[in-house]
Amino acid sequence: MMQFEYKVEGGDFTNAGNASSEVKKILKKLNVSPKITRRVVVALYEAEVNIVAHAYRGDIIVEIDTEKIRIQLNDEGPGIDSIEQAMTEGFSTASEQVREMGFGAGMGLPNINRNADELNITSEIGKGTNLEIITYLNKEN
Amino acid sequence: MDQPFFFHALKVDDKACIGCSHCMNACPTEAIRIWNGKAVIDDNKCVDCGECFRVCQVNAIYVEDNDFEQIYRFKYRVALFPAVFVGQFPEEIKVSQIYSELHKIGFTHLFEVERAVEILNESIVDYQENKENELPIISSFCPAIIRLIQVKFPSLVDNILRLGTPSDIAAHFYKQKLIDEGIPVNEIGIFYITPCAAKIAAIKNPVGEEKSIVDGAINLNRLFNKVYRNIKQATEDVLISQATELFSYEVLWTLTKGESSRVKGRALAIDGINSVMEFLEKVENREVHNIDYLECRACKEGCAGGILNPQNRFLTVERLNKRVSLNLKKNKQFSSSGIVNYKEYLNEKMILDKLVPRSMMMLDSDMALAMKKMVKAQKIEAELPGIDCGACGAPSCKALSEDIVKGDATLSHCVFVQNVLMQNGEINMETAFAIIDKIWGEHKVVKGSIKSGK
Repeated sequence: MMQFEYKVEGGDFTNAGNASSEVKKILKKLNVSPKITRRVVVALYEAEVNIVAHAYRGDIIVEIDTEKIRIQLNDEGPGIDSIEQAMTEGFSTASEQVREMGFGAGMGLPNINRNADELNITSEIGKGTNLEIITYLNKEN
Repeated sequence: MDQPFFFHALKVDDKACIGCSHCMNACPTEAIRIWNGKAVIDDNKCVDCGECFRVCQVNAIYVEDNDFEQIYRFKYRVALFPAVFVGQFPEEIKVSQIYSELHKIGFTHLFEVERAVEILNESIVDYQENKENELPIISSFCPAIIRLIQVKFPSLVDNILRLGTPSDIAAHFYKQKLIDEGIPVNEIGIFYITPCAAKIAAIKNPVGEEKSIVDGAINLNRLFNKVYRNIKQATEDVLISQATELFSYEVLWTLTKGESSRVKGRALAIDGINSVMEFLEKVENREVHNIDYLECRACKEGCAGGILNPQNRFLTVERLNKRVSLNLKKNKQFSSSGIVNYKEYLNEKMILDKLVPRSMMMLDSDMALAMKKMVKAQKIEAELPGIDCGACGAPSCKALSEDIVKGDATLSHCVFVQNVLMQNGEINMETAFAIIDKIWGEHKVVKGSIKSGK
């Protein structure tokens, strides 16, 4: 099993996507299929942007073994009021400024869900949100 | 699955190469290493973009093309050439003079490949209608970009437009046209005059087609010199011209924005292989949204920047733009090339097979082994100085660490590590010199012959 850790700063859109770019390079080197790599990277990118857009800071822990890729994203931030609502396509709390940058279309969590085999969310108002994204490697065929 | 062998048009001339490592540092896919004092290109990683050719100080990188004399294998010799060929000549030389000279040199028929754009452009717009397309559609025009995507961005292969290039369509058209005129197929030779190495590779080893319709590739630079000299030496104006004018958008198709400005929806044009890689990285992460079409060209200014063009790319662009404005001013009659009569036939011929990724980024095809190698490579990289000096014969410390775990290099190739090993008494001076000799050739440490290669 391999483990990688990344840090994300809230509000730093310039560097949003660094973790997903790094993870993509790793998966290519590990000969993970392009389709699965793409799913993982898309889900991770969305989750990374969520932290940048909403939280103060966050940690990303990526664990890779030959069966699956498990990504945990733990942030310190306002938390999600209603996870059910956040999972609805088009629902967004993003500010005008964030939307102008092409983020915050309300597709974040639904998009992560679509690209993950398992998605677990826990959140506490005023404290932060924890995401667990699991992608299985041998599920493709 | 992945093709085991890929033909490359870029080769290293070992006699000329002085192992200066300029090419190694310029290669966008890190395909070049220095060994025994010579540049070595990894066939699996090379995408034929030609950046090494551009930076080589001693012309040791050459393009393996077909000999000009090969055209005489055929009774009917068709020269297909891109509009940028015309753009190489100074303005005072007329298009008709160039046509005329190409005839005299030995071609029986001439055809500017962009005349196939009329058909291709329409087909692209139709293709865009399909709701099942992976977006953005990435243009299939530049052969170096197709190879780059296969090697480095394998998850984007399904985004590549599955329609052929203007030169392929032009070749299909001209061959069929001559056959219809009653010429036996084995007497027809189709030759493409190319400004780029990747096109030569694509003709010899096509992607998405079984066999190329083109019989041979001719180095544009060589032909330009031949034609230009003849024009300069000509004493009389014998104009046996077939010169017909192209539509403006056809003339400009191979330049930056030539294609993207003619498709539907939001389209972007990106030129220069490093800029393309930067952008495809974002596309692969889905960081950019709602783009319908991407025109990507390995060379800056598109084909005007092709490595086999003798002329400066900006002057080529200027000449082509002038050709367009001149045509508009003269309100020239566009005589038909007849290509539209073959539309149905060509629409069928231009469909490319599904492209396959041939990812060369992996450390091992077995994931468990790849993970072990990655852990090892990370440990090795941590011991390296991180200055990417290239003295080990690899372009970066990271590249060396991966070469080591793949068994292609050893830690002692690093000059810093060598010093540490010597200090610890683990190797002696002779061994250290022997390692340097192995990488850089024996002459590099001999006083007075550092660069001479003697």
